[in-house]
Amino acid sequence: MSDKDAIQITIIDREDQAHAIEAPLDMNMNLMEVCKAYELPVEGTCGGMALCASCHVYVQSKHELPTMQDEEEDMLDQAFFVEDNSRLCCQLYIKEEMEGLVVKLAPEAG
Amino acid sequence: MIKTDILIIGAGPVGLFTVFEAGLLKLRCHLIDALPMPGGQLAEIYPKKPIYDIPGYPSVLAGDLVDNLMKQIEPFQPGFTLGERAQSLEKLDNGHFRLVTNKGTVHEAPVIAIAGGLGCFEPRKPPIANIGDFEDRGVEYIIRDPELYRDKRVVLAGGGDSALDWTIYLADVAREVWLVHRRSQFRGALDSVEKVNELDARGKIKLITEAQVVGLRGNGHLNSVTIKHKKTGEFDQDTDHFVPLFGLSPKLGPIGEWGLNVRKNAIEVDTLDYATNVPGIFAIGDINTYPGKLKLILCGFHEATLMCQSAFKIVNPDKKLSFKYTTVTGIDGFTATV
Repeated sequence: MSDKDAIQITIIDREDQAHAIEAPLDMNMNLMEVCKAYELPVEGTCGGMALCASCHVYVQSKHELPTMQDEEEDMLDQAFFVEDNSRLCCQLYIKEEMEGLVVKLAPEAG
Repeated sequence: MIKTDILIIGAGPVGLFTVFEAGLLKLRCHLIDALPMPGGQLAEIYPKKPIYDIPGYPSVLAGDLVDNLMKQIEPFQPGFTLGERAQSLEKLDNGHFRLVTNKGTVHEAPVIAIAGGLGCFEPRKPPIANIGDFEDRGVEYIIRDPELYRDKRVVLAGGGDSALDWTIYLADVAREVWLVHRRSQFRGALDSVEKVNELDARGKIKLITEAQVVGLRGNGHLNSVTIKHKKTGEFDQDTDHFVPLFGLSPKLGPIGEWGLNVRKNAIEVDTLDYATNVPGIFAIGDINTYPGKLKLILCGFHEATLMCQSAFKIVNPDKKLSFKYTTVTGIDGFTATV
C-alpha cells in the first residue's frame, strides 16, 4: 500500500492549454467531478450517470483504464467526435494507477 | 386561452410538487413541458434508475416518484400543456404575464414558476457544418410522419432503439434504406438488432457500420451524404433524406431571452423566495443558481414550498396567509374547475 493521497493528472482544454491538476485518491471522485472542482469547462450535465456525454474526453497517455461499461458505450453512440480513445470522464474513478494520466476535452457538440 | 394562478414551466418533479404546495394555499397551477409526458428528466432520461435521497424512501425508481407525485397533486387538478415549448413571455398592463408556446397556445397568469431543470430536451444535431441548410429540406431529427419517406431513399444514423426501429419500419415504406452506425455492435433491443441484420442480409436495407455521416450536399434540397468509414475512407451516397437519431439533449432555449439574469445556463435567484430579477417570475430546481446551490430534487421541493408563499402574496395582495400543517387540516382539494 502506498500512502499517497493524490495523483497528478493533466487536462488539455479545448484551446490546447494544459492544466496540471491534483486529484485526490481518498474522496471517491471521478474525473468529471475533479475537472468541475478545478472549474475546467466540463459540463457534467447528467451528474455522472453516463447519460449526457458532456464530459467526453480523449485519453492521450497510454494508461490502462477500467473497461467501458455498457452505459458508457451506449452514450458514446449518441455522442459526436467520438474516437478510439474516447471516454466519458465521469466513468473514470480516480485510482493510483492513473498517476500521470493525460486527457484532452472533446469539442462541445449540439 | 388558459388562465391560472401559477404557470409552471417544466413538469419535472419540482414543477409537479409545486402544484401540491400551491394547492395547499388554494392557488391553481398549470404546467407546460416540451416533453409529451410529465416527469422531466426522470421520465425521459432515467425512469428505471433508483433514487436514494428522497426523504422517507430508502429507494424509489425515478418513474415511480413521478407517478407518486402525479397522485399527490391530483386533488389540486393541475392543467397541462405537454409537447409544447414555452416560447415567448410578455408582461400585460394588468400585471399578469402572457406566455405563448411554440405551437401558439396562449397562457396567462400573475405568477410564473420556471422549474425547467436542464432546459428543453431537443434532438442532438450531428456536428456537420451545413446541416442547418438542409433542416426540413431532407434532414429531419424526428420522424413525425413515416409516409414522408414512401418510395424515397433514406439514410438513417444512430445505434439506439429508435434508429433500429425506424430502419425496420421504413424497410417496407421507403425505396431504399441505409443505416449508418459508428460501431459494429448495437445497444438496442436484441430482437431489433437481429431483425436489422436479417434485413441487411436479405438486401432489404443496407447496414453500414463503423462509419459516420460527415458531409451533406444538395441544391436547395438534400441529394447526397458523405459517409466516412473507419477503414475504407469516405464515399458519397445519393439520398433524398438524412435522419440522424442520436437522442435528446437539454437546452436552456427561449427562457434565456426573457431578460432574466442567467449565469452558466442557470437563472440567478434570491434565496428568500427564489425570485428572479423580474418580479413575479420565480425559478426553482435545477434551473436556478445561488450561493451554495445543490442540484437535488429534495432541494427543489424546498424551493418550491418557499416560493409558493410569495406567489400567494402576488395572487392575493389583500389576503393574509396563515401557515397550516397537512396533519392538522388534511388535503382540501379543488372541487370544480375554474
